[in-house]
Amino acid sequence: MALSGNDGRRSLLPGAAAVVLVTVFLIVLLRVENQKAIIALLALGIGAVIAANRLGLLKPVARSFSEREDALGLLAIGATLAIGAVFHEDHFVLLLVCTVVLYTVATLGLSVQFGYAGVLNFAGASFFGIGAYAAAVLNQHTAIPHLLVLLIGGLMAALAGSLLLLPVLRTRGHYAAVVTIAFALLFKTFLEVNDVLGGPQGLQVRGMTILGWSFNENIEIGGIELSFYLNYFAMSMMILVLAFVVVRRLERSWIGLNLDALRLDETAAGCFGLNIVRWKVTAFLLGNFLIGVAGTLHGMVVGFVQPNNYTFADSLVLVSILLLGGIGNPWGVAVATVIVVIVPEKLQVIQEYRFLLYAALVVVVLLFRPEGLLPRPVRRYFSGWQP
Amino acid sequence: MDLGLVAQYTMNGLMLGMMYALVAVGFTLFFGVLDVIKFSHGDVLTVGAFTALASFIGLQSIGLTSDAVELLAMLVAAIGAMALLGALIARAFILPLRSAPALNTLLITLMLGTVLREAVRLFYPDGANPKPFPRLLPADSINIGNFNLRLDNAILLTAGALVIVGLQLLLNRTKLGLAIRAVAQDEETAKTMGVNFNAIVLITFAIGSALAAFAGLINGLYYNEINFGIGLYLGVVGFSAAIIGGLGSIYGAILGGFLFAGLQTIGAVALPFASAYKDVFAFAVVIALMAWRPTGLIPEKLSERV
Repeated sequence: MALSGNDGRRSLLPGAAAVVLVTVFLIVLLRVENQKAIIALLALGIGAVIAANRLGLLKPVARSFSEREDALGLLAIGATLAIGAVFHEDHFVLLLVCTVVLYTVATLGLSVQFGYAGVLNFAGASFFGIGAYAAAVLNQHTAIPHLLVLLIGGLMAALAGSLLLLPVLRTRGHYAAVVTIAFALLFKTFLEVNDVLGGPQGLQVRGMTILGWSFNENIEIGGIELSFYLNYFAMSMMILVLAFVVVRRLERSWIGLNLDALRLDETAAGCFGLNIVRWKVTAFLLGNFLIGVAGTLHGMVVGFVQPNNYTFADSLVLVSILLLGGIGNPWGVAVATVIVVIVPEKLQVIQEYRFLLYAALVVVVLLFRPEGLLPRPVRRYFSGWQP
Repeated sequence: MDLGLVAQYTMNGLMLGMMYALVAVGFTLFFGVLDVIKFSHGDVLTVGAFTALASFIGLQSIGLTSDAVELLAMLVAAIGAMALLGALIARAFILPLRSAPALNTLLITLMLGTVLREAVRLFYPDGANPKPFPRLLPADSINIGNFNLRLDNAILLTAGALVIVGLQLLLNRTKLGLAIRAVAQDEETAKTMGVNFNAIVLITFAIGSALAAFAGLINGLYYNEINFGIGLYLGVVGFSAAIIGGLGSIYGAILGGFLFAGLQTIGAVALPFASAYKDVFAFAVVIALMAWRPTGLIPEKLSERV
């Protein structure tokens, strides 16, 4: 770091304050049950963000995130763990937090495809489902260690993705969209009519066990009973941190630079000698792998899989998260996932209307803030460099 | 397999193909004038079908019982309302995003489609469940061996064919059609020749959406049931059909529509697996076709400008 200690601390402060405030807000939001109080809280949150934006308080936050990302990343991990600790015996909240974490992993995968390489994927939920079904089948019928199952689930999703490689590589624009959309419909229909995979009823998924440690039993330490979802929460967090680091490093490396060039102008990138096929394949398969791993663990967390959880509409929800957060910005994706997953669960009034609201929200975002809530910042080529 | 059954399957396939082709033609029209995919097209179809149903119920409640008058009223209501809705969507959501990346237009219309679909599901009375659609055409049938030709199906098929021929004439023989084709070919030149670009775009979207409403009506009369999901399915199928045919070509869209229906029929009856796999088969072939012909069977004639 080229920054002196004092300067560094000053640039860290706004980001740290933001993380702490958001964490406290989330804890209160998750704790409150009264519907009117929740509405008031959400209104307060939205109002606070708008006010902070008006007062110019968000600029320093963005700056400190771009300058001190590593430190703030650690702080964000600590904050998430703190949320887990506060709700250590609340099954429902922990399940919700696990879902947020795993959806974030999946949307990070999509972000590699859409945001960096510009490869369209409208079948995110299908690849998520491939992982979950892999977990169901492998945990039931084989004795493969469950950590390995996570890996295999991801690889299965990548493998299914590789079946689509030829059409994905050869088509462009709208023609490329139809390939993954057709796959999403094909996949759901296939699951529904295939009796081996349980048909429309789906399958049970056995919980995770690592070295005899069963994830589906509550933990008891010194007389305090902890929810078994804490196991899954810890596992999900590990995967999220790994995925986040990989995606961030990838973006900042020369591979990310190649992917950006490829997305912005394929022809020009080709003229400069970039291997277009290689990078598109890498991005598409890596993205599907991440989505698949997240899906595998999610299948084990939830305990059952059924075709209706992996429809085209669910794929669209994943894409909405991406757009809402800001395509290509991992932090934006994380924030958007929190909004999209938690708000409808807490606010029972809108539960029924959630697809309608997501869709309307994305329409509004596209019309008035097409770069998303937290747009991807300009690439920083050197530390301390300001565009 | 005996000839009567073959004829029966062919008839069903033609019926499906007609619906798919009508939807696909809409996609191709929109793509022609604006180079955009309007994904809410299928859901406009749903709203059209529900508009028709609502106007039927409205007419019943004021005591009208003549089938012909009811059918005519439903046709007018659905087509008129959807033409308006289509133009409105183009005006409010597609034209403002002209300078944005193509992905944004695709997404905004996808989401708009979700809004329409969910609105039908949530706000139409009991909209989450399938609704019976009235049987308004004469249901007499002629039996030839195993082949059972129903009069209403024959009427629907003829009506669909007439609409497509009419559209063809409109595009190729009228001044409006000339303007639409001019805008599709070269926007700038069309403008300098005095074509009102915005008006032509809105009219094209109105025509395409009217076709969707018509397809929705055919769908309702054929199956005698509609639900809020038909549009999503028909939209994706129609989009696939337009794509495998080749965007921007009316003939390609028609070809794609009948091809998809043909694939489904073959998948259901002629292949050695359960007929439930017919969609899996049809979509797999669509993906394979895209790998073989990345810009459709009848490609656009323009080369890429770098």
